[in-house]
Amino acid sequence: MTPPQRQRRSPAPEPPPQPAQEGEGKVRNPERMYVVAGPDGERAELDLVTLIVARAADPPPSASPEQAALLRLCAAPLSVAELSAYLHLPFSAMGVLLTEMLTAELVQARAPIVRKARSDRSLLEAVMNGLQRL
Amino acid sequence: MDFNGSDTIPGPRAEDQLPHTAQAAAKIVIVGGFGVGKTTMVGSVSEITPLTTEETMTQAGIGVDDNFGSASKTATTVAMDFGRISITEQLVLYLFGTPGQQRFWFLWNGLFEGALGAVVLVDTRRLEVSFDVMGRLEERGVPFVVAINTFPDAPRYDIEELRTALDLTPDIPIMECDARRRASSRDVLMTLMRFLHSLAMQGAHT
Repeated sequence: MTPPQRQRRSPAPEPPPQPAQEGEGKVRNPERMYVVAGPDGERAELDLVTLIVARAADPPPSASPEQAALLRLCAAPLSVAELSAYLHLPFSAMGVLLTEMLTAELVQARAPIVRKARSDRSLLEAVMNGLQRL
Repeated sequence: MDFNGSDTIPGPRAEDQLPHTAQAAAKIVIVGGFGVGKTTMVGSVSEITPLTTEETMTQAGIGVDDNFGSASKTATTVAMDFGRISITEQLVLYLFGTPGQQRFWFLWNGLFEGALGAVVLVDTRRLEVSFDVMGRLEERGVPFVVAINTFPDAPRYDIEELRTALDLTPDIPIMECDARRRASSRDVLMTLMRFLHSLAMQGAHT
């Protein structure tokens, strides 16, 4: 039996347009990166694996219920993805909630490690060592 | 979600908490068609019971409304399962399983952004399901390896025959695995990391 045949592609500068979607009409590509200003004015992006840590053990009285819930969850570092799962909020809603909380300095964000044109070999080696211990 | 009951929102179990020393996380994506074993693979290597995060198909009403949760109820949601592996006291690795069909590509924007690499999980009974996924990864420049999840009743092909059928360059690793087995899934991840390492070495020489 012969398997079906695929054709290789090469990197494209522009992704192909999204397929049309029924119902609402026009398709919008959800912007998934939330840019927030850090304490030093530096811009940070939220990723699914950005680690969030509460700055104080107890939520301030001014915290909204969802802020209080989030602060309790991230007494120890927790990724945005895990917070999203525990709070049952989609990633896009997490971005809004966390942007507010970062601005109010209720939480701290620890930036993710991202793929670069030139990968960090020591990082890859650390991951391999970690996997070996599984 | 009723946030008035926020005291009762279940969080991570004590043993599932990351240490305070956790400084940064990286992610790997496992992509393939429905039923190919993505969640099984995530679950077999994850130190936590896989969790699910949802994303909505439409942007309208999300994030501009204080009414979290209910604002998204009319939108179509897609679930994405993920797991976690603590690498060191400082470094955490997350594994995301995501469907490969074109209608879910909207999920890819936040997901493949910055991912170290991807595992394309393939079922030889539906080989063509993975074609678009691989093409999309190639277009985006995301390095990937191919893992054939061996189902008992699936047609068996020679690895080189599959390499030809999938039109993969000789350097792209392709291997068989049993996603249910931790050791097998770990080997797939190790293969991906070795591949990424070899790409990094090439980069260093040019």
